[in-house]
Amino acid sequence: MKISRITSSLPASILQYLIIMGVLIYTAYSGAQTMGYNWQWSRVPQFIYEIEDGQFIWKEIPKGLVGTLIISAISFVIAIAIGLGMALLRLSDLIVGRILSVTLLEIIRNIPIIVLLYVCYYIFGNIFKLDRFEASVVCLSLYSGVQISEVIRAGIQAVPKGQWEAANSIGMSKIQAYIYIIIPQSIKLIIPPMTGEAVQMIRNSAIVSVIAVLELTTAGRNIISDTYMSFEIWFTVAAVYLVFTLLLSIIVSGVEKRFAIQT
Amino acid sequence: MNQQKAVIELRGLNKFYDKFQALKDVDLTIHSGERVVICGPSGSGKSTLIRCVNRLEEHSSGVVSVNGTELNDDTKNIRKIRQNVGMVFQQFNLFPHLTVLENLTIGPRRVRGLSKADAQALGKKYLERVHIPEQADKYPAQLSGGQQQRVAIARSLCMEPEILLFDEPTSALDPEMINEVLDVMVELAESGITMVCVTHEMGFARKVADTMVFMEDGEIVETAPPEKFFTNPDSDRCRAFLDQILDH
Repeated sequence: MKISRITSSLPASILQYLIIMGVLIYTAYSGAQTMGYNWQWSRVPQFIYEIEDGQFIWKEIPKGLVGTLIISAISFVIAIAIGLGMALLRLSDLIVGRILSVTLLEIIRNIPIIVLLYVCYYIFGNIFKLDRFEASVVCLSLYSGVQISEVIRAGIQAVPKGQWEAANSIGMSKIQAYIYIIIPQSIKLIIPPMTGEAVQMIRNSAIVSVIAVLELTTAGRNIISDTYMSFEIWFTVAAVYLVFTLLLSIIVSGVEKRFAIQT
Repeated sequence: MNQQKAVIELRGLNKFYDKFQALKDVDLTIHSGERVVICGPSGSGKSTLIRCVNRLEEHSSGVVSVNGTELNDDTKNIRKIRQNVGMVFQQFNLFPHLTVLENLTIGPRRVRGLSKADAQALGKKYLERVHIPEQADKYPAQLSGGQQQRVAIARSLCMEPEILLFDEPTSALDPEMINEVLDVMVELAESGITMVCVTHEMGFARKVADTMVFMEDGEIVETAPPEKFFTNPDSDRCRAFLDQILDH
């Protein structure tokens, strides 16, 4: 009892974390040492920023990050729309709508994202004249949209049936019940898993580097093919992803707390 | 009472849940201003019956008509009828994300199309009617069960319906809160609104009912004015039921 209390305290958990990270980093370093890897950390900053004639200039890695954030943000907004649409279709009285929604869900959920990307780019891209960026957005928003549809459906179904009955009994239409009664109550339940979906979106967006859309992973690959500094650059790229997904989680948990206070 | 016009008419009403028959050929006519109390053992179809009146349950066959409009798949009709038929639930079913006043005003505003100010005035008026005007800005979770049920009654009244349905309104309440809800219901009964109550509160029934209905196994076994119902019911089943619940 007492020991578990000490080990779960904040300083103790930070210490545990540091020890584990220390061991990991030491292992990576010593491994690289034995294979004779030539560390060149000093050459990394030039891919982050440069000062030319007293002018501060962002370089490849931050530019790649901006690319990642833009493509993730656009795809996430579209994914929410797709998810909401699919969830409502699935919960509707339309048999055709339900079948359509389930079919799309099962197809997309059960193929690897990289295959979906190739389908979007080489097939849909040719049919609908999509460029690399548009095909990537279609792929990412579909992939995330079906997951989000399940999150939203679960959130809506978690609202007790009595709420529907009360809304109906005062004469509300289905749409009014959704807007004023059901969805406001679902949002609280939907937000936490949605954070996970947003983080996944940022991570999944790395896949579009295979069709050379400019984003963080593509930037990393380009730099490595010029410099052969694979360890330093991949560590840096991984750290940038980590910082941004953690930041996102922290922001959302703040939002969650505000929602919790409201009711 | 019978010279009044019929507001609810049930003819040959049947309701099946898969193979289980919850209502068997039920006929019932309720007139304007009439106060009907429905009682009977649990599982006898009382709740199903009143839930068919505003189509929270779809009946399997037979006729349900409210104010002369027959209930069918026409959702416009259903919504129109629901605005005229309030319902109070056993579990209150208040909207937890809205304040008490918002619970009362959302129907008038979104369904009846009243302005915010008019809806709030209406909400405050009915909150006054159920004796909790001071709770307007609280959330439902901050109220006691009795207070929540009174808010739910006020929410129904805000639609200014002609008919109010009560589905065991005091069954989920702690004993000490039952009377505050029943008091409000007695006052409502005196206002002349048509009331249909499913309840086991026989004291309340004696006080306000014009007609007592006894149900068992999905059938209406006995329909009688309370004087006759409580002292000299026709059916043995009804007598046995009354003996059971009035003994204590």
